Amino acid sequence: MQISGAQMVIEAFIAEGVDTVFGYPGGAIMNVYDEIYKQDKFQHILNRHEQASVHAAEGYSKASGKVGVAMITSGPGFTNAVTGLADAYMDSIPLVVISGQVPMSLIGTDAFQEIDAVGISRSCTKHNYLVTDAKDLPRILKEAFYIARTGRPGPVHIDIPKDVTAQIEEFDYDIELDLETYKPHTKGNPRQIKKAIEAIAKAKRPLFYLGGGIINANAAYEVREFVQKTGIPAVETFMARGVLSFDDKLLIGMLGMHGSYASNMAMSETDLVIGLGVRFDDRVTGKLSEFAKNADVIHVDIDPASISKLVNADYPIVGDVKNVVSDMLEQVGKIDSNNYESWRETIINFNELHPLTFHEDSERIKPQWVVKRVGELLGDDANISTDVGQHQMWAGQFYPFTRPRQFISSSGLGTMGFGFPAAIGVKAASPEKTSINFTGDGSILMNVQELMTAVEKKIPVINIILNNNFLGMVRQWQTLFYDKRHSETDLSVQPDFVKLAEAFGGIGYRVKTKEEFDAALKDAVEKNVVAFIEVIVHRMENVMPMVPSGGSLFNMMLLEKKGDK
Amino acid sequence: MTEENQRRVVSVIVINEASVLSRITDLFSGRGYNITSLTVAPIPDSRYSRLTIVTAGSVRVIEQITKQLHKLIPVLRVYEHEDMVEKEMAMIKIPITENLSDINILCEAYNGKIVNTGENTIIAIVTDEPKRIDNFLNAIKRYNPKEIVRSGAVALER
Ligand SMILES: Cc1ncc(C[n+]2csc(CCOP(=O)(O)OP(=O)(O)O)c2C)c(N)n1
Ligand SMILES: [Mg+2]
Repeated sequence: MQISGAQMVIEAFIAEGVDTVFGYPGGAIMNVYDEIYKQDKFQHILNRHEQASVHAAEGYSKASGKVGVAMITSGPGFTNAVTGLADAYMDSIPLVVISGQVPMSLIGTDAFQEIDAVGISRSCTKHNYLVTDAKDLPRILKEAFYIARTGRPGPVHIDIPKDVTAQIEEFDYDIELDLETYKPHTKGNPRQIKKAIEAIAKAKRPLFYLGGGIINANAAYEVREFVQKTGIPAVETFMARGVLSFDDKLLIGMLGMHGSYASNMAMSETDLVIGLGVRFDDRVTGKLSEFAKNADVIHVDIDPASISKLVNADYPIVGDVKNVVSDMLEQVGKIDSNNYESWRETIINFNELHPLTFHEDSERIKPQWVVKRVGELLGDDANISTDVGQHQMWAGQFYPFTRPRQFISSSGLGTMGFGFPAAIGVKAASPEKTSINFTGDGSILMNVQELMTAVEKKIPVINIILNNNFLGMVRQWQTLFYDKRHSETDLSVQPDFVKLAEAFGGIGYRVKTKEEFDAALKDAVEKNVVAFIEVIVHRMENVMPMVPSGGSLFNMMLLEKKGDK
Repeated sequence: MTEENQRRVVSVIVINEASVLSRITDLFSGRGYNITSLTVAPIPDSRYSRLTIVTAGSVRVIEQITKQLHKLIPVLRVYEHEDMVEKEMAMIKIPITENLSDINILCEAYNGKIVNTGENTIIAIVTDEPKRIDNFLNAIKRYNPKEIVRSGAVALER
């Protein structure tokens, strides 16, 4: 069929089963928007900033497991989207992001709204394309979706000059992809797997170290079975929250900078780390030379570049976690879970010594209470997004996650402003669940314009603003490491968040007591509208435990015991 | 894992397409690594090109760069070993007033010769291992070379 480049984009979306596109139009992408207008196969959600479009596509992808799609114009449209691309790249989120470009004849002339988009996106995408001929477009579109979702997933950017979107060529999407240079291996080496199983069987204090790659690979249920059958305790990274259910007896908790005492101690005492879909991020390992010092390391990952990048793997296994764990399950009979009984007891003791908890305050709500309370009231019925800061860590620590893809947060890049648009994408992907965004008084203002998107499209996201009148996480570091010099982190001057929500047609609540909070959340869920629930929380609360940057995991600052003061 | 800087030669086979070179060089520049030399040319009868990159860096970082190179979509293969046969070419322009027979003898010792004579200058070419090219360029200094151009190393694994 002979169609324009713009129509090809639409046809490819339909063929790929895309049902939602997030974006923002402008001159260079108008031909494609014209075709969007004419079709009814997918919905387009107009965000109010291109960064938000990409974050929404990320949220959509994370909640659904599908490739997220965003569309933007050239120049400032594209540069606004770069933070989103970088965020998706760091967290291995499969996206296809399409940008308009000035016509071919004007490229390189400093034309109006011209920027070297592929030059900028090269270092923050898995792959990118500048399309110079519509003849290539069917192949490029198909490759883009394929590359985004296979191997270690990631964002793929396609920059299309305006004249190419007008060019009419033959469209055939039933083509075989010929990617001779891109063949992700998905099957783990059987010999290595056998050796790993033997190592596990011999270990005395083995420990699962579960990462976000498990969620990307849709392998959580295989991992649950593996953990169950081996009786080996597990720690999760921030990105892996929900791989195991919070009430799984073998789940010790989250590890890392704000991990629980028991998790970090377990990692320090283990003799065999079983890393699945992890990348030994510095926020997880602390001081590398002290990390799991006495342990051998099994490392399963789809990305060969992640293996032995930071921590040497004694048993490297390159492959899709789902395949590798399935293969391991076939040999699970060689592992006797009774062997680890005393190790499990050790961990229980760690947990009893310093459980993950917080102290209530009679005057003000503690932010941790809010997270726990939402967990009690909504639990499995909610998907949880977050912004970046203390509230994000508390969400990771205290929410009772029950399933993979329930928790959506900017981990690798730590992008303030991620939460609200992501929660819009999450709700679009998963309308049957309540979409909660835990946010801060700092972060929410970084994409607050999304109130308009959510209200217009009737996407009822509930934003719970844990208002501490501070850029809390930075304030915490200043308090602890900069002798309380709170430089530029005091947010005493604030908007009226209730009126702000109302100005856009949402509902706002301002709560100071637990009773008010319960009532507000109940009301917002029932009314099913876009909401801000501003909770006035304790200003000086710190996220604990804390491993100071570059310190060893076992050297944690801990919550003061009650009465210590 | 040693951290000291070492000279490394990396060969990369890539699809011969726009922007592939920047994808590769970005991996070096993004880590603050300098590329000492870089050669590229198409591989006959194929859609591929071969790059030879000479760089210096810690073994660990170069290993990481090598893995990242593998990850680039248009990269087919990466070779990074010690055991390569390496050659480099140098061209020099020398005033015709110098002792040409001495120059010719010197060039021959480095697999080269005078390839062009003009009105005022001659051009000589030598081809040898990069280290020996260094030596040659030192030796030729006394003949007042006006211009020197080095090709950068090409290499094949044994
Ligand atoms: C875009 C961006 N700018 C700056 C930072 C650095 N930063 C990390 S946390 C934080 C404070 C966030 O404040 P708030 O949203 O109120 O959350 P709180 O820590 O108070 O819960 C800042 C400024 C960041 N992560 N992202
Ligand atoms: Mg705050």
